[in-house]
Amino acid sequence: MTDRESVYDGLLGEDTSQWAFGTSFEDPLAGVDTTLPDDVDAPVLAAYCLMLGDDALVYSHRLSQWASNAPDLEDDIALSNIALDLLGQARLLLARAAAADGTCVPVLLQGSPVPAEDALAYFRDEADFRNVRLVEPDDVGGPAGDFAVTIARLLLFSTYRLALMERLRSSRDPVLAAVAVKAVKEVAYHRDYAGRWFVTLARGTEESRRRLLAGLGSVWPLHDELFGAHSVETLVAEQGVGVDPSTLATHVDVVLAQVLSAAGVEPPTLAQVGPVAGGTGRDGRHSEQMGRLLAEMQSVARAHPSGLW
Amino acid sequence: MTDAPDVRAEWPLYEVFVRGKRGLNHVHVGSLHAADDAMALSNARDVYTRRNEGVSIWVVRADAIAASSPDEKDPLFAPAGDKVYRHPTFYAIPDDVPHL
Repeated sequence: MTDRESVYDGLLGEDTSQWAFGTSFEDPLAGVDTTLPDDVDAPVLAAYCLMLGDDALVYSHRLSQWASNAPDLEDDIALSNIALDLLGQARLLLARAAAADGTCVPVLLQGSPVPAEDALAYFRDEADFRNVRLVEPDDVGGPAGDFAVTIARLLLFSTYRLALMERLRSSRDPVLAAVAVKAVKEVAYHRDYAGRWFVTLARGTEESRRRLLAGLGSVWPLHDELFGAHSVETLVAEQGVGVDPSTLATHVDVVLAQVLSAAGVEPPTLAQVGPVAGGTGRDGRHSEQMGRLLAEMQSVARAHPSGLW
Repeated sequence: MTDAPDVRAEWPLYEVFVRGKRGLNHVHVGSLHAADDAMALSNARDVYTRRNEGVSIWVVRADAIAASSPDEKDPLFAPAGDKVYRHPTFYAIPDDVPHL
């Protein structure tokens, strides 16, 4: 066939330069300089990469639950695309954590073929995950499952993550900076997708608006946690490799105010969820739904610990 | 939602055209449903360009396309079938001119 007949032709031809990270799935950090700047504390950097990586990993899993369940085929694929984008970010960030400080990777049986980033994703227990609690609730299955909840949460999460990744592009760690450059393009689309659906649902029918407001109300109490700086985040910000999330709040508020105003929605005045036992998601204190999520996400890898994927 | 009087049961159909590379034409790749033009573009991006297929997308409401009828196939196209002299087959085409 010629180019005129199919736009799908020749996708994997000799020229692989169009694929930003190559066409191989062997080594996620292949060709990237992983040398740390001298004055950067490797375990702290690894802990920070786990935070950003776990946000993406856990949320990716939640979004992937929409596959075959979304309101229509087009949004089914859109949500799957977003989940895959985040999974890709998670893989790079977890691989970076493992490269910076191998002691954070769970020790598996001798000769295990599981790569370090998979060991981090599938063989850590709940208390070792460092994601914010906003990404945990089940908004797909069960009585709480609702597309409007997903849209409200995606708007909050992607607005925060885009602001974060835009700043992270100037990280002194070349790997984090590269991940951020890739992520900004992806998350900008996630925010755009969520913003458009947010306005559509808010200005749609009485029922769509009711559901959107309920959805926004259900995720809003988890919003402030995004901007509470953990000691690791403060440290990486001081060392110039990470971002102090408390400095993102103003920018995020401005963006959200724009979307909410276009949708004719008032920001909720709901009490925020506080720390549990003196800690938040970044300390490994999670909501009750996290255990069930991990049980499902990790079950196959744990049942076949020497499986090759 | 279905009891609201001004809500259609199904979104309108859009046809999607993707330009694979700079310099090529937009090619019809399929169709999808969307509530409006902006959503159609966004859906087309998600459904038809997720494997790096395109650099540009056109979408158009399917009901805005005027199409020829299969019944008119013979009067429209058959007369061109036996007029070989209308093809520019008497020119040598250089090897290094692509997409001709």
